[in-house]
Amino acid sequence: MGSIKETKKWYFIFLAIWTLIADIPFLFMFFTSIKTQTELLMGNTWQVPKQPTIGNYSTVIQGSFFTYLKNSVIAVSISVILILIVSSMAAYVFARMKFALNNLLYSIIIAGMAIPIHVTLIPIYVLTNKMKLYDTIFALIGPYVALSLPMSIFILTEFMREIPVELEEAAKIDGCSMFRLYSDILLPLSRPALITVGIYNGTYLWNEFVFALVLTSSPQKRTLPLGIWDFQARYGSDIPAIMAFLTLSLLPMLIAYILGQDKIIKGMMAGAVKG
Amino acid sequence: MQRDRTSKFAQNIGIFLFLAPALILIGIYIIWPIIMSFNLSMFEWDGVSPQKIYIGLKNWKDLLHDSIFWHALGNNIKFIFLSIIIEMPIAILIAVLLDRGGKKFDVFKSLFYLPMLMSSVAIGVLFKYIYDPSFGLLSGILSFLHLDFLNQDWLGDPNVAFYSVVAVICWQYIPFYMIFFIAALSNIPHELYEAAKIDGATQGQYFWKIELPLLSPSIKTACILSLIGSLKYFDLIYVMTEGGPSNATELMATYMYKNAFASFKMGYGSTIASAMFIIITTAGVLAYFATKKNEG
Repeated sequence: MGSIKETKKWYFIFLAIWTLIADIPFLFMFFTSIKTQTELLMGNTWQVPKQPTIGNYSTVIQGSFFTYLKNSVIAVSISVILILIVSSMAAYVFARMKFALNNLLYSIIIAGMAIPIHVTLIPIYVLTNKMKLYDTIFALIGPYVALSLPMSIFILTEFMREIPVELEEAAKIDGCSMFRLYSDILLPLSRPALITVGIYNGTYLWNEFVFALVLTSSPQKRTLPLGIWDFQARYGSDIPAIMAFLTLSLLPMLIAYILGQDKIIKGMMAGAVKG
Repeated sequence: MQRDRTSKFAQNIGIFLFLAPALILIGIYIIWPIIMSFNLSMFEWDGVSPQKIYIGLKNWKDLLHDSIFWHALGNNIKFIFLSIIIEMPIAILIAVLLDRGGKKFDVFKSLFYLPMLMSSVAIGVLFKYIYDPSFGLLSGILSFLHLDFLNQDWLGDPNVAFYSVVAVICWQYIPFYMIFFIAALSNIPHELYEAAKIDGATQGQYFWKIELPLLSPSIKTACILSLIGSLKYFDLIYVMTEGGPSNATELMATYMYKNAFASFKMGYGSTIASAMFIIITTAGVLAYFATKKNEG
């Protein structure tokens, strides 16, 4: 018995060391964010700030932080709503309707999951310019929704196939239309899968960088990841202010994580579970 | 009969209306761009002027002789192996220890997930300052441990930069694979442990005889994910080094971006993108069949 306790002590020590590796960067980020420039340059970087200041946070807030945050919220929420509507409609057809092209179309869309998005970057940039959408929120929403569809349709179709058909058959006899079957029966029953798809795409798009980098240019239209990028380019030497920006930008995800830990983790893993 | 036919017709219209938004979006933003990318690879074009100059396969011939592209592909391949060799064992080890610790170790899980909540851009910017040789966290820790002689220009030295960046990416992705393996371990039936316990198995035997073999399908899946991810990686490297110094951290995606959007060589950028498409799709298909074959 004693030996198992002994080994568990070693497990604990190893995990404690890993905690340091995983989390010390966050402590460094936060402590630096409440230091003054002078204290950072004079003292040891790993030291706890002696006279904490919130001055760096007011520098960040007086900048464009909230504009970036607002753009992120708008772009991500509109995208996620559209993704849920469009992919659940398609999934309903693929899971329930019998027609000649069903398997072929479904296979083509699922193959889209394997496409490296970078191959679409230059053509989408050209297209966005042609559609006069460059440097608008709408420039992002189109590709965000479209590129998320294959995975979302896949998850929702597989889920809907598992839902028993009896309910729909009863409703059909009562003369329910295809739209009512979808909106009143299939959608409510698919809630768990819709939440997973929403979180998966929400967290992914919240951090999306390369399309926002290519399709927008002015701070008034850029999302939070680009805000970080622009801010560090402009304030390159003011490290405490940059760390304050990073800390603030982590907060929304941190709050979401604290509120729905299990759901968030499950959503983040959704992309991987396809096996 | 008549009624049947009209309802069949109504159903077909319904199917069409339900599928149309998805098919239109996928057509515009996925299928058309792939075709367009291969098409643009035949042109010399700066992305701005109305005139595109048709040059046939010249871009592709240039690509074959472009040593930076091959160097970038080499970096991608090095990156695949390093991330699999570093990430998988650590992620498996932590997952196994957490699984054995039971509920008491749950607090560790939350602490380990934190890197997953941060965007690649934020991580890249943060580590740029952690790596700073004069006031970064790393140099601070090294001098605290009296190991100053180890301190160097982590991102500025071409011989070191690639490994510095890979270390950060491993830090970022280990929590992801860790959760992946925790989920797989929770599916192992507990009777197996009980049986092994009765047979007097040691902790090591648990690992080699039960946990590792039962994890192997998940390990294969994780390796494929890592392989594909490493081939198209972009964000963090671009933020930390932009592919430099002197192409030391260049990957295919950063090289494609620089050609298309910094040098305005849209045609050549499209050639690199199309080559990435061919390489990644081939690698994905091969990896998929390689693992399927083993299972069958």
